[in-house]
Amino acid sequence: MKKKGNKELPAISTASLPDVIYMILFFFMVSTSMRDQELLVRYKLPTATEVHKLENKSLVSYIHVGPPALAMQAKFGTAPQIQLNDSYKKPRDIGQFIASERDALNESDRALMTVCLKADENTKMGVVTDIKQELRRANALKISYAASKALGY
Amino acid sequence: MPSNKRKVPEVNSSSQADIAFSLLIFFLVATTMNVDTGLARMLPPMPPEDQKQEDVKVKERNMLLVLVNGAGQIMAGAPGKQALVDFRQLKDMTKEFVLNPMDDENLPEKKEKEIDLPGGGKWVYPVSEGVVSLQTTRDTGYQIYIMVQNELTRAFNEIRDEVSMKQFNKKFADLTDEENKALTTAVPLKISEAEPRQVGRK
Repeated sequence: MKKKGNKELPAISTASLPDVIYMILFFFMVSTSMRDQELLVRYKLPTATEVHKLENKSLVSYIHVGPPALAMQAKFGTAPQIQLNDSYKKPRDIGQFIASERDALNESDRALMTVCLKADENTKMGVVTDIKQELRRANALKISYAASKALGY
Repeated sequence: MPSNKRKVPEVNSSSQADIAFSLLIFFLVATTMNVDTGLARMLPPMPPEDQKQEDVKVKERNMLLVLVNGAGQIMAGAPGKQALVDFRQLKDMTKEFVLNPMDDENLPEKKEKEIDLPGGGKWVYPVSEGVVSLQTTRDTGYQIYIMVQNELTRAFNEIRDEVSMKQFNKKFADLTDEENKALTTAVPLKISEAEPRQVGRK
């Protein structure tokens, strides 16, 4: 005999919800990397078709070049600035920056150190060349001009 | 007796989802996913300062000068024979310059070179002596510079693909490390980046 009365729909079990969320969490933990610095410059990377992926992120040092972020423009204007770590620097500070970045690496990895130059597309080559000269002086010769992938022009 | 056994109360796990959610949101905020891509280059080492800088003598025919000015105009050609070129011509020009398919006297020399193949054996390939020299002025835009660099890379990549197809029967990107090394010796990426020209100075 069936019981009388209106039958309620059984609630959907949420016991597996944590597992699903954990799965997403682990995916993000594995596939992303920590944001390491706050950007003080704005840049829009130039586009190129023949780009390569930067392989080993721990061996890469970043140099950002571009006009200061909106919050900083009252103080620094809109002329392109070079950001090393968390502050604006002059080209002559690059040598020291490279030295400290190099010191932070394993001795066996030092030769593989790459500098990734992230410059705004409207930057003039004068700034870029100053940086390149400083890098040459600091003997950091592996460089990657950051560019976003384009399918064609 | 089962009826006597005291039941251990179950830990309430309904908040586990919330904990997992907060972790997830933390990682979403604190990490970045973007993959950095870029054009890889090797800078030439700085000559020692006490050493007198001598210009490396390169035969005129072995040199392709590419000049980019502040207005984004491109001049390319052998030294003294540069002409205004369109950006789209640059790739084919570079390819012709490096490959020199007709053994033209005005295009670079080739030197037969023995290259060790990974599976043993030698591979004799006429390696081009050509050097592409890219010069900019201080007011050249970065975008046009990258575009020119990209075209030059594209030219070299296409040559590498062609040579690789002929030799190994596969694309350059699919080569093993040793094959890659052999091919890079055969078709070296010779792009020299001279210091920029001062505007208004000779």
